Amino acid sequence: MSRFAEVTVSQPLREVLEFICNVPFRVAASLAIIGFFVLAAIAPKVLQTHDPLAIDLSSSLQSPSTVHWLGTDQLGRDLYSRVLEGAGQSLAIGLGATALSISVALILGVAAALFAGVVDSILTRIFDVLFAIPTLLLALVFVTVFGPSVLTEVIAVGIATAPGYARMIRGQMLSIKGTGYVEAAKALGHPFPRIAWRHILPNTMNPLTAMMTIGVGQAIIWASGLAFLGLGVAPPAPEWGALLNAGRNYVIYSWWLEVIPGLAVTIFALSLTIVGGHLQDRLEGKA
Amino acid sequence: MTLILMKGNEAVKLVAQNPLVWFARRILSGVVVVWAAATFAFLTQCLLPGDRAQIIINVRSGNVGPAPPAELAAVNAQYGFDQPLVVQYANYIWRILHGDLGESYQQHRPVVGIIAEQIGPTIVLAIAALLTAWAIAVLATLLIAGRDNIWSKLLSGAQIFLATVPPYWLATILLVVFAVNLRIFPVVGESTAMGLVLPTLALALELSGFFGQVVLNEFTRVLEQPFVTSARARGMSDFGVRLHHVLRHAALPGITLSGWALGKLLSGAILIEIVFARQGLGGVLVAATSSRDVPIVSGAVLISAGLFVLLSVIVDLAYRMLDPRMKLT
Repeated sequence: MSRFAEVTVSQPLREVLEFICNVPFRVAASLAIIGFFVLAAIAPKVLQTHDPLAIDLSSSLQSPSTVHWLGTDQLGRDLYSRVLEGAGQSLAIGLGATALSISVALILGVAAALFAGVVDSILTRIFDVLFAIPTLLLALVFVTVFGPSVLTEVIAVGIATAPGYARMIRGQMLSIKGTGYVEAAKALGHPFPRIAWRHILPNTMNPLTAMMTIGVGQAIIWASGLAFLGLGVAPPAPEWGALLNAGRNYVIYSWWLEVIPGLAVTIFALSLTIVGGHLQDRLEGKA
Repeated sequence: MTLILMKGNEAVKLVAQNPLVWFARRILSGVVVVWAAATFAFLTQCLLPGDRAQIIINVRSGNVGPAPPAELAAVNAQYGFDQPLVVQYANYIWRILHGDLGESYQQHRPVVGIIAEQIGPTIVLAIAALLTAWAIAVLATLLIAGRDNIWSKLLSGAQIFLATVPPYWLATILLVVFAVNLRIFPVVGESTAMGLVLPTLALALELSGFFGQVVLNEFTRVLEQPFVTSARARGMSDFGVRLHHVLRHAALPGITLSGWALGKLLSGAILIEIVFARQGLGGVLVAATSSRDVPIVSGAVLISAGLFVLLSVIVDLAYRMLDPRMKLT
């Protein structure tokens, strides 16, 4: 079967080993980038070269150099260190928004799939309506109503991206509902909640995991988009979106202040997309 | 992807129906969506934490302190906040039916007028970007589909990159490179044709990444169909087969994406108008959001929902006309 077949290891362990050995280069590189940013989020001090909040007016607006790897901002603060410092908050916002989005989507999607008929058609209509409103506009509504803050950002992005997941969960659950093993469980007389919990939900989780991986990156992009418009976190926090918003005024003379934080967002989201895509391919290939 | 499959299934189910019945149902479900969006817009206005009259007075005057009761009562009476919610809701829907989306808290002008003034440049930008995105996606697909060489790998990698990259960041890069350093295009968004090029590209490139991936998948699938082999057997050139036979089929599911793209385009346009300081809905909406001018934001929600419904009806109609398999006797 494979080159690990002769080694007597347990099935899950073998799968993990195979997974690690068969990873293409782009996925490995993406995992390394994600690891780097996660490390920056957990322990920013390890990777920083300067104090991200230390003001040094004598070296303001310097372009990237050996001392300041990614340049400095208008107050002479080191941009490389600030981008790393911002990773924590950006990752937290992305994860928070995705978690909220998935929770809302799971409740709505599961309800729509399990209670066919009136509930389903009402919920499907609600997804239609949320789909008809552009994501950013929906997020703007939440910011208008609750005022800009980290929590609003998480709620706005979480709710605005939920309909996509909900539709996918509903479709996935409906297709699983019609499979042979669910029919078999029904024939064995298992109560429906047990079937839903033991059979339908676990099989929905696979594609959901891949989607969530990509979703975290997208959530960070939306959240930093809000902050870019000046509707996000208050300025002193070096969150990526806030850095983008601050850099906007200097883009003509000090391009790095705008380009670098955007690059961080892009590279991170791209890595998550590549890993998510790889997961999707693997999970589909297995099914 | 799911979208197309679902649309596909729906379309298959619809074949047996009378086209008029189909059309009537389609319009009806569109009306329901717009009505629900209106209800959502109304609810957001009620959700505003704190006393609405107080907020309106603060937005108007720029003060933060509490207003005298007489002033509050006047505002409450003016906007009908002293009436029960059901009456307010009925009035709101009634006014929408008469083309009235309320009055801006800050500008003291009807929301419809404010949005109508600014929506023109945004729509021009969105349409230009949609067409450009299609052109790029189709061209890329014609060149790379079914071929396994360095170019096809590079281009499909570029598509993934473009579909992920934040549009406001791409816009900034284009601005820095082509307007600031190379000075080919104006820095600040002008209403001239030259001023439209960079914003359009910034908006179109992201979308072309999405379109490209979908069209490419479908294109590769169609390339393996028997009618393609038969066209080749007749001695048609490879490019001719791609252009005349495969593209028509591959473009069909892509067309359904155009409705979905509207939301993406509007979201992107708001950000890109801010980057290029262009006139349009973006500036108005961002200003309204930061000053908590709810009627403008919820008015925009309602209008974009209406546009979305209109566009998806048109897309469905176009789909039925373009695909002979959907035609009824």
